[in-house]
Amino acid sequence: MRLFLNKAFLVLSTLTAILGLLFLGWIIVTLVSKGMESLTPYIFTHDLVDNGIRNLIWGQIVLAGLATVFGIPIGVLAGVYLQEYGNHTKYADFIRDLSDVMMSAPSIVIGTFIYAIMVIPMGHTNGWAGIAALFVMMLPIVVRTTDDMLSLVPTELREAGMAIGASKYHVIMHIVIRAAKVGIMTGLILAFARIMGETAPLLYTSGSTIYMETDLSQTYPAMTVSIYNLATMPDEKLVSLAWAAALVLTLMVLGLNLLGRYIIKEKR
Amino acid sequence: MERIFRIISQSSATFLFFVLIATVSVLYLYAKPAIEQFGTYFIIDPRWGVEVTVKESPTKAIQTTPSSPQASSEPTTTPTEEENLEDEDTQASISDDENLDNLDAGLDDDLGGEDIDAQITSDDEDDFEANPTNAAGEKTEVVYGGAVPIVGTIFSTAIAMLFSIPIAMGIAVFLSEIAHEKLVAPVGIAIELLAAIPSIIYGMWALFYFGPFIASIFGGHSVSLLVAGLTLGVMIIPFMAALSRDAINTTPDVLKESAYAMGATKLEVTKDIIFPYAKAGIIGSIIISLGRALGETMAVAFVIGGVFEFAKSVTDPTNSIPVVLANNFAESSGLSMNALFYLALILFVVSFIIIFAAKHYFLRRNKL
Repeated sequence: MRLFLNKAFLVLSTLTAILGLLFLGWIIVTLVSKGMESLTPYIFTHDLVDNGIRNLIWGQIVLAGLATVFGIPIGVLAGVYLQEYGNHTKYADFIRDLSDVMMSAPSIVIGTFIYAIMVIPMGHTNGWAGIAALFVMMLPIVVRTTDDMLSLVPTELREAGMAIGASKYHVIMHIVIRAAKVGIMTGLILAFARIMGETAPLLYTSGSTIYMETDLSQTYPAMTVSIYNLATMPDEKLVSLAWAAALVLTLMVLGLNLLGRYIIKEKR
Repeated sequence: MERIFRIISQSSATFLFFVLIATVSVLYLYAKPAIEQFGTYFIIDPRWGVEVTVKESPTKAIQTTPSSPQASSEPTTTPTEEENLEDEDTQASISDDENLDNLDAGLDDDLGGEDIDAQITSDDEDDFEANPTNAAGEKTEVVYGGAVPIVGTIFSTAIAMLFSIPIAMGIAVFLSEIAHEKLVAPVGIAIELLAAIPSIIYGMWALFYFGPFIASIFGGHSVSLLVAGLTLGVMIIPFMAALSRDAINTTPDVLKESAYAMGATKLEVTKDIIFPYAKAGIIGSIIISLGRALGETMAVAFVIGGVFEFAKSVTDPTNSIPVVLANNFAESSGLSMNALFYLALILFVVSFIIIFAAKHYFLRRNKL
């Protein structure tokens, strides 16, 4: 009986695993097969107004990229504070808790928040609001990664630096950060990949447009938002374009993820 | 330099705190008119954007009173038990019908905005029934209630959890205990990569393939509460499986080996050694996934239907808080906008509480 139960358990567990992987495989197969249909060089050289996705790729990268540019210094500095200056103080623990909570805050709520403070005053959706929303999404992730990675740096390194008379600032900048550089880089890439695929915070902050746009104070093209809009269109061609865009987006996100993994592996 | 660096880094940490406070206070500020207008009754009020005549004459006041105890008896039935779903729905539909009756001649082409302004400035606190102070005769007001999206969110998340927990646990156990060594690395990486796929992809897949598939099995519409719940479930499976696997892998090999040495089967090892040891971590991963499912917008937006009605069965379309926010935000203004901010605030606070619960579990594990 015991052995029978054991066998049943093994079979059941394997079956659920297969079932789960089957679903996930189904998604990938669908995505690739539908996405390939209209994935032509044409769509990379034309804007959405001409049934291409060039402006969308541009918009998504600019929004996520600028959010990262603003997010990195503040996030890394906050992480440095938590680990190097405020470690074990109540205040640092409090901030750490807050950043964990913010990390899993519903992304749509962040969208509403940014809408209230940036879109209502401007009167229309704009690129800066999209950047701000992604920035708020990204900040806690960067803080958390930096914090974790710095905590892996052995204390002896810091002590050695102090012992030769370096100031705390020098120790942090030239020893601790350098030692944790690879880990932090990986974290930043993963954070970038995460906000790259975000739709909800952009829905009514950056909006999306069918034209190429370089002025951030205007409604800015966002790939994820456009996918959402296109996929619900009745026109077959537009839906198929949405699939192609979805495939491109997934490839970008997964590519970034693999890059992050590769860097970590290289280090080890 | 030293000092400056310290101050800068400290202020960036404080900035995080500031952002969180700003989020809550801005949401509250914008939700305030709606909070004042509807009070906590908002949470159990199933109507959205329904115009209601403000009652003045006593006969009509009597007409409305029976609806209020019914509506307010709802919160006792609202919680997640499946059996209650049916009566709750019938109750809701009854009160809906009555509201339709209430929706009478008062529609004399007032612009909504004027009404709203009048409501905000008028001093009656919340309930549409209890305001005989206005002697101006009948006038209409628009009532917003959050019960439909709140119930929809709860049910879709519950379906997602029921569906995903067994499968995610199966994958986690399979990866850590059963699978051949050569399988572990590729499957593990595949799972982690799948967890990184943008949620909008899951939404599209569900809209075009999964929804019709489910509808062909269970009947009903291809956009429904069931499809939304299952899509959410599929979406959080990789996430939950990866976290649970990490928790399971923390079990020391020595413990497992000694159990095997006693002649225990894999089932017994899993049940009596691994799960008790990794319990806190597994529960933590479930709660974090729950938080994710609760706030997920895009995977659900395509398939839940977005109608302000309770689902009479699981195959009916309904609505959830993030989807309401996503669909209705752009075209709303005035009071409906405030009501949306109110919903956002509720969602934020609920997920806040859930994450704190998760942290509590993780902290307990760290102490062990």
